[in-house]
Amino acid sequence: MSMKFVNDTGTVFVREFTPALREPLGLLITMGQPLLFLLLFGSQLDGAVAFGGGVSPWQWFVPGILVMMCLFGPMGAGYNLLIDMMGGAMERMLVTPMNRAAMLIGRTLKESVILLVQAALIIAIAMPMGFRLYPVGVVAGLVLLVVFGVGLGALSFVLAIKAQPSGSLFWIVTQVLMFPLLLLSGVLLPMDAAPAWLRAASVVNPVTHIVDAERALFAGDIADVSVLYGLVSATAIAVVGLVWGTRLMRRGI
Amino acid sequence: MIHARKLSRNFTVKKETIEAVRGVDIDVPAGQLIAFLGPNGAGKSTTLRMLTTLLPPTAGTATVAGADIATDPAGVRARIGYVGQKNSAGEDYRVRDELVAQGRSYGFTWAGARRRADEVLDRLELAPFAKRKPGTLSGGQRRRLDIAMGLVHRPDLLFLDEPSTGLDPQSRADIWAHILRLRGEYGMTLFLTTHYLEEADRMAERVVVIDHGQIIADGTAEQLKQDLAGDHITVTTHDEADAATAAEVAARFARPDAVSRDGTAVRARVPHATAALPEYLRALDEAGVKAATADTERPTLDDVFLALTGRSLRENDTETPAA
Ligand SMILES: Nc1ncnc2c1ncn2[C@@H]1O[C@H](COP(=O)(O)OP(=O)(O)O)[C@@H](O)[C@H]1O
Ligand SMILES: [Mg+2]
Repeated sequence: MSMKFVNDTGTVFVREFTPALREPLGLLITMGQPLLFLLLFGSQLDGAVAFGGGVSPWQWFVPGILVMMCLFGPMGAGYNLLIDMMGGAMERMLVTPMNRAAMLIGRTLKESVILLVQAALIIAIAMPMGFRLYPVGVVAGLVLLVVFGVGLGALSFVLAIKAQPSGSLFWIVTQVLMFPLLLLSGVLLPMDAAPAWLRAASVVNPVTHIVDAERALFAGDIADVSVLYGLVSATAIAVVGLVWGTRLMRRGI
Repeated sequence: MIHARKLSRNFTVKKETIEAVRGVDIDVPAGQLIAFLGPNGAGKSTTLRMLTTLLPPTAGTATVAGADIATDPAGVRARIGYVGQKNSAGEDYRVRDELVAQGRSYGFTWAGARRRADEVLDRLELAPFAKRKPGTLSGGQRRRLDIAMGLVHRPDLLFLDEPSTGLDPQSRADIWAHILRLRGEYGMTLFLTTHYLEEADRMAERVVVIDHGQIIADGTAEQLKQDLAGDHITVTTHDEADAATAAEVAARFARPDAVSRDGTAVRARVPHATAALPEYLRALDEAGVKAATADTERPTLDDVFLALTGRSLRENDTETPAA
C-alpha cells in the first residue's frame, strides 16, 4: 500500500466524517440506535429462547445485531455518493489525481468507524446481562465485519453509479434486496426450523456465512470451519465490490 | 497546452447511438483564453469531459498540459483545474471544509490545504461564507466557490464549463471580473464553454464554434465576423427606380452577389461599413440618387452562427442547459 493511497483514503474519510462531527447530535443518535434495539428486543429475549448448554441468548444475539447494522450502514454511504454524483462533487473529485479505490474505501470507512463504536457499546451493555467476552474472537469478528462492510459499501457505490441519472434504481434494488438478504441469513431467528427450500436459499446467501462466522467468533471458536466460509464470503464481496467500483469510475460516470 | 485529434464520443441510450462529439481537432497554445461556443447539446461538455479525463473518448487522441489523456490520465489531472457545469461543493459540507478537502486531493498537507483554502476564500471574496453550506449561498456566490475549488492547486490550465450560465447579469459580470483578474494573476490558460454570444465575443481571444459535435469555425471573434458574416450597409431611397440604381452603384463597392434589394431598401456586404458608407453616399449623389436613410451594421457572432448553420443561437438562449 502506497503512502498516497493511505493519504487519499484518509482525506476521503475525513471529508465524509466532518459533517457528522460538525453536527454531533445526528451522530449520537446513530450511535445510540443499537441501544434502543437492545432495550426493546433484548428484554423479550431474556426469557424467550432457550438455548442449549446454558449459553446466554446474548451470545447468539449480539453478533446478529452487528451484522444487521453492517448491512444498513453501507446503504447510507451509497446514498451520500448518489447525492455527490447528482451534484457535481463527485465529478470534481474524479478530476483530481486521487486514487480511485481510496475514493471508495475512504467513504465506507465512516460506516466502519460508526459500526465499531456501536459494537463496543452493545458489548459493554450486553456483558452484565450474561454475554461472555472472548477478546480475540470479538476482534477477529469485527475485522471480518469491516471487510464485509467495505465490500457492501463498494457494491452500494456500484449501484449508485448504475442508478444514474435519476437514482431510482438505487432505491428499488436496496429495498428489494435488503430484507430477503437479512431474513434469509438467520440474523434474527435460527434457520434450523425453516422449511427445506428456505434453508437452501439461506445457504447461497453470503450474509448467512458471515452471520455464522460472527457467532462462532463471538463464542470464541476461532478455528470453527464457519469462520473460514465467512472470511471467504466477506473477502469475495470486498474484492468484487472494489474491482467493479473502480472499473466503473475509470470508465467515466 | 492542448492538442486534440479526431476526438469523438458516442453514447448509447436505449439502443440508439448518439454521436455527441464527432472528430474534434483542436490546438490551444499556453496562455490563451479560448471560448467554446455552441447551442445546448452541441457537445461542449462532452469534449471538456474527455479532455479532463472524466470520459474516455470513443476514438481519437489528446494531450493536455503535456500528458496523454489515455495513457497518463493522472499526469493530466495533476496539472489541470476543472470547474464543471454543476456545483463542485457537496451539499452537506461547509465551504471551507470542501476547499481543504480539495487541497488534500491534490496532495497538500493538512496545514498547507488549510492555508490555501483561506487564500482562495480571500481571493474570491468568499471569506464571510467559510462556515456556511453551499445551499445557503446565492447563485453567483456558489459559482465563485466552484471557481475557488478549481484554483486551489494553482493549475496552469483551467477548464470552465458554462461558468456564468443561469446567473443574473450582475453576477455574470462579477464572475467574469474574477475570471479575468485571476487569469492575469496566475497566467493561466483558460478553456471555457458558453452559449452566451456576447460573452464569447467580448471576453475570449479565440472563439471555437461547435455544432452537432463538430467544430464549424475557429478564430478571433473579429475574424469570424469578418470572414463569415461581414459588415453591411443599408440605404433606403424614395422610389424603386432609385433603389435599382443604388444597387448598381453598390456593386462597385461590394461583390455583386453581396448586394440585395428589397423594394426601396438596398443592402450590401462590404469590408468596412463605417468607412464605406460615406463613400457610397457620395457615389450615390454623383449618380443622382437621393438616399432617404443610411445605416451600417456590424455583425454579431449570432450572424456568424446563422451564416454557418442557418439557425440562430439565440433561439435556445432561454433554455436551461442540458447536463
Ligand atoms: N452521459 C450521457 N449519456 C447519454 N447522452 C449524453 C450524455 N452526455 C451527453 N449526452 C448527449 O450528448 C450530446 C452533447 O451533450 P453535451 O456535451 O452535454 O452538450 P453541451 O454541453 O454542448 O450542451 C447531447 O445530445 C446529450 O444529450
Ligand atoms: Mg454542457
